[in-house]
Amino acid sequence: MTGGMLGFVIVGIIAFISAFFVVKSEDPVRSAIGLVVNFLAIAVAYFMLGAEFLGITQVMVYAGAIMVLFLFVVMILKLGSRDKVVDRAPLQRTAAIMLGIALLAMVMSAVIGADGAVASSVEVGPDFGKPQTIGKVLFTAYVWPFLLASILLLVGVVGSILLAKRKG
Amino acid sequence: MEWITALGDLEGLKSGATVYGQGGPWILGLIKVVTFILPYLLIVPILVWWERRLLSWMQDRIGPNMTGTYTFKDGRKFKILWGIPQAFVDGIKIFLKEDITPKAVDKFVYFTAPAVALFPAFALAGVVPWGPKEGIYGLLTPIADVEIGLLYILAVSSLGAYGVVLSGYASNNKYSLMGGLRASAQLISYELAMGVSLACIVLATGSLRITEMVQKQEGDLWGVSQLGVIQNWNIFTPFGFIAAIVFLVALVAETNRAPFDLPEAENELIAGYHTEYSSMKFGVFFMGEYAAMFLLSGVFMCTFVGGYNFLPIDWAQLSQTASLGPAQPIFAFIDQAQYWLAPLGFIAKAFGGVTLFVWLRATLPRLRYDQLMNLGWKQLLPAAVANFIVVGIWLVATRLYGSAGGWIAAIVSYALTYLFFLKFVFKSKTGKPTFETRTVTMVNSPAKKEAS
Amino acid sequence: MILPIATIVQQVPLGAFLGLGLTLFIMGGVGVLIRRNPVVVFMCIELMLNSVNLILLSFARYLPSGGAGESPMNSAVSGQMMVIFVMAIAAAEVAVGLGIIMAIFRSRNEVDIDDMSLLKS
Repeated sequence: MTGGMLGFVIVGIIAFISAFFVVKSEDPVRSAIGLVVNFLAIAVAYFMLGAEFLGITQVMVYAGAIMVLFLFVVMILKLGSRDKVVDRAPLQRTAAIMLGIALLAMVMSAVIGADGAVASSVEVGPDFGKPQTIGKVLFTAYVWPFLLASILLLVGVVGSILLAKRKG
Repeated sequence: MEWITALGDLEGLKSGATVYGQGGPWILGLIKVVTFILPYLLIVPILVWWERRLLSWMQDRIGPNMTGTYTFKDGRKFKILWGIPQAFVDGIKIFLKEDITPKAVDKFVYFTAPAVALFPAFALAGVVPWGPKEGIYGLLTPIADVEIGLLYILAVSSLGAYGVVLSGYASNNKYSLMGGLRASAQLISYELAMGVSLACIVLATGSLRITEMVQKQEGDLWGVSQLGVIQNWNIFTPFGFIAAIVFLVALVAETNRAPFDLPEAENELIAGYHTEYSSMKFGVFFMGEYAAMFLLSGVFMCTFVGGYNFLPIDWAQLSQTASLGPAQPIFAFIDQAQYWLAPLGFIAKAFGGVTLFVWLRATLPRLRYDQLMNLGWKQLLPAAVANFIVVGIWLVATRLYGSAGGWIAAIVSYALTYLFFLKFVFKSKTGKPTFETRTVTMVNSPAKKEAS
Repeated sequence: MILPIATIVQQVPLGAFLGLGLTLFIMGGVGVLIRRNPVVVFMCIELMLNSVNLILLSFARYLPSGGAGESPMNSAVSGQMMVIFVMAIAAAEVAVGLGIIMAIFRSRNEVDIDDMSLLKS
């Protein structure tokens, strides 16, 4: 096994196990920890793909901000809630898992069938994933989507404040 | 063993060309890490001692000055280094204390939390340069000169919240949980102001690399070549000054230091998130706090105050100024000395930052929680964002109309921003000023409640 | 031996990254179906969004096509742009979603997504 593949397998196993924790663990805080580890593993995968700006943004946005927000909410709710939220009936669970496995098998077979072993034959430029490239494109060709996204974020901020504000 | 002979070839080593693929990069990386981390680990106890001595001096006490005193037989006493051994003795004490694990804790999270708290303080060291890029120091520092250095610092320092939050949760103690909640809210709030204030510097520098930021600050003051003797430290520029103040306040909040130490407010929450931690588990939290304090002051020095240079004076240019005549060799010597003492300069400056933290702790009372949130969201963040916009206007105007046009645009836009702030931001709807006087008022006074 | 990034991409096939992304996506989907705690359901949705991001980025890296350089037709660039927008939208979504959960918790003092069926006739 080559070094690159070994690294990928390690990252993949970490991502898989942590995702399993997210789905399986009964304690939402443990789910959140699993998700943080998962995000970090995916950030490493981004670095392996050469997208350093996106990798560090992944750490900053997801692991640094969104998950802290999640933990905050989970801990606040835990302060008040007495009883644990129980999971669904076993039949429903089995059905969902079977459905998932079937879907996975279907799509994976398509991936493997359709030349799944494509290595990077086309070489991208040396500035792939560099902050300069992304900045340039974001503020020229993608400036309208960028503005729309920022308006969306503003609306999200206002909306969440409205939702969370106590009346009176 | 080819890499040993290759150590002589400086440029080749820096580019990684000479010893690539022969174990050289690994060993070089190890040397880089060790040369930073070992002194760093030694500095942490000294910081604790420094804080205790300084604090006691400010509070008119003496502080720990006796450890390491040797008494001769005839009664004469010999003190080793003003009591610095106290720091190391404290370390040994905390190591050997009884380690108690409460029964009700969430074991896995409880034991990982201190490690998670310590991790960012050391991971931050990866991109901070403690010496110039040229010559021998360029081989050793920074550990990774990545293109996204500043983003890396923001990302890793935002991971610092997890140690606090997880320890608060795992302790299964209401006070700890409150501490963790407060910490997470506080860190999220102040990270924004910190990021925006750093973005001003990124805009002015045009790069996210920390080494480039330091190098840019060695240029002529305000870009005027007649003032070239003085270096263009970011804190000397108007926008840099505002950004530096915002960044410094956010830094104090980010490291949970007084007056922003609400997560561990001892008279409200016992000790907050580390109430249930004893012995070295507490020691690790302690170490993480001081290490983060030191390194983040180092980041502050690198981004705003000229990095490893002692003084904002361009000695090399002075030594080449013909009118100075016989003083030229002296300046040349100082230039050389500044180069070779650069690591000491970095450490001294970071110590200066820590001294500022201690001074704040000795001076200011702790903020109330709503005051903390108001300061972060209503004052620091608008100030940082306005500053960011003005920097943008300034740079565009400079590019279009030259340096003078840039200054005029900057002054006009600063004045407009100030008026805007005066009219809208600093005044609440009720007409009361948002800058409250810092007096003690009962928020939910029991007497008032009974009356209503 | 320290591997440069280009070597890693040459050694790992595209299918490996796709497989990882798909597995994570389906785990997230199963999580959405089987969990009843709304916060955990939310986390599973985040997991799905992230795996899609990973897939988008690996396509951008392995199959760059269309225009050259910084043109928006170049999928090496547009893939990264999509990832950025997904991140922005996820952030907005989390802010609003957690606000909704907090509001529900405040008014009903419990959070179970099966009980949130007031609109069902």
